[in-house]
Amino acid sequence: MTVWRFCSEVFFAGLGTMAFSLIFHVPARYYPRCGLTGAAGWLVFIALKGPVGTLTATFFATLAVVLISRFSSVQQRCPVTIFLISGIFPLVPGLGIYQTAYALVEGDLAGASLTGFETVKLAAAMVLAILVGFEAPAGWFARLAAPFRKG
Amino acid sequence: MEAEQNQLVFETVALAGEILVSSGAEIFRVTETMERIAAAYGCEGFEPFVLSNGIMMTASDGRQHCLAKVRHIPLTGSRLDKVDAVNQLSREIARGLHTPEEAHARLLEIQDMPRKPRWQQVLASGVGAGSFCYIFGGTLADGAAAFVAGLLLYLYLLVAVRGRLSKIAANISGGALVCAVAILLTNLGLGSQLSMVTVGSLVPLLPGVAFTNAIRDIADQDYISGAVRMLDVFLVVVCMAFGVGLVMTLWARLGGVLA
Repeated sequence: MTVWRFCSEVFFAGLGTMAFSLIFHVPARYYPRCGLTGAAGWLVFIALKGPVGTLTATFFATLAVVLISRFSSVQQRCPVTIFLISGIFPLVPGLGIYQTAYALVEGDLAGASLTGFETVKLAAAMVLAILVGFEAPAGWFARLAAPFRKG
Repeated sequence: MEAEQNQLVFETVALAGEILVSSGAEIFRVTETMERIAAAYGCEGFEPFVLSNGIMMTASDGRQHCLAKVRHIPLTGSRLDKVDAVNQLSREIARGLHTPEEAHARLLEIQDMPRKPRWQQVLASGVGAGSFCYIFGGTLADGAAAFVAGLLLYLYLLVAVRGRLSKIAANISGGALVCAVAILLTNLGLGSQLSMVTVGSLVPLLPGVAFTNAIRDIADQDYISGAVRMLDVFLVVVCMAFGVGLVMTLWARLGGVLA
């Protein structure tokens, strides 16, 4: 992947995340942080995809999004959902869902079950990362965010 | 007088819970917020039971009577601005900044908070679809095609559907529309990879809120709510795929090329 492609993908991940945070009616003051969360998640994903594979990359990218969201929620005193839902959006395996449907339409049952299973595995990696991310004690985030807190 | 006051507090707590559930908050947050408000106003023996599509709650009114309320709340879209506002208000209530009357009035205001203007939502859908098409591996031209398809998709959902169709019908037709627009655009020369354009422009339909909340509810051991949301996710995804598949099959029958 060229440097240009890498940077532009991170940029568009942030832009897309901000766009979807508007659709979920996130208050406007949180747009920039939502965008950054999405961009950071995608950065982790494409940086790790080559060395460790898509599945592990999805896990760590989701974990990054969860941790950043929890930090932001403590710092800005607002529900974690706001950042988490927006930031996680780029990682949802939309391509896998599409490919599964496509294989089904083509009558390629073997292909459909293969891509379908791959998609479920990616979703499972995201589930696991969310569970792990929320096991981290709340105290860590309180201490980490204390110097940056508003109000 | 005191009975009336208790009634009002109870009503306020119920309203807060109802707004949170219908705006897409996690069950754990709804329960916690309701308990926080009830405790701040000295509501005795308060017991909530919250599901992803309903609330049941009881409290003692200080005498022999028992207050009880059951609300059914249909699964609707996400309004994270309302979740944020109620969260803010409940913190202020806990610090003793509002009388029950003020809190109730403020909650009614929150319930009527305006949606973002339609043109902004349509534009956001286009920008989101275009951006996601690009990061999934499309070219800039593919992104432009997905931008157009994303715009049309939300125009369709906000203007044509607007609650007139069931969720299932809206998702099937939305998926079909996106796929048809993608086929049209790629054949007109805007964008080259049909799959990328379609995937990007389908993203606005993906149930991201339901998916994330389902996992979090299950993690908090709210299994019923989590399972209901997962079923919602599954249905939406299957319907989208069905809509796309329908158009692709038709197109292939007509002799079109899928690439």
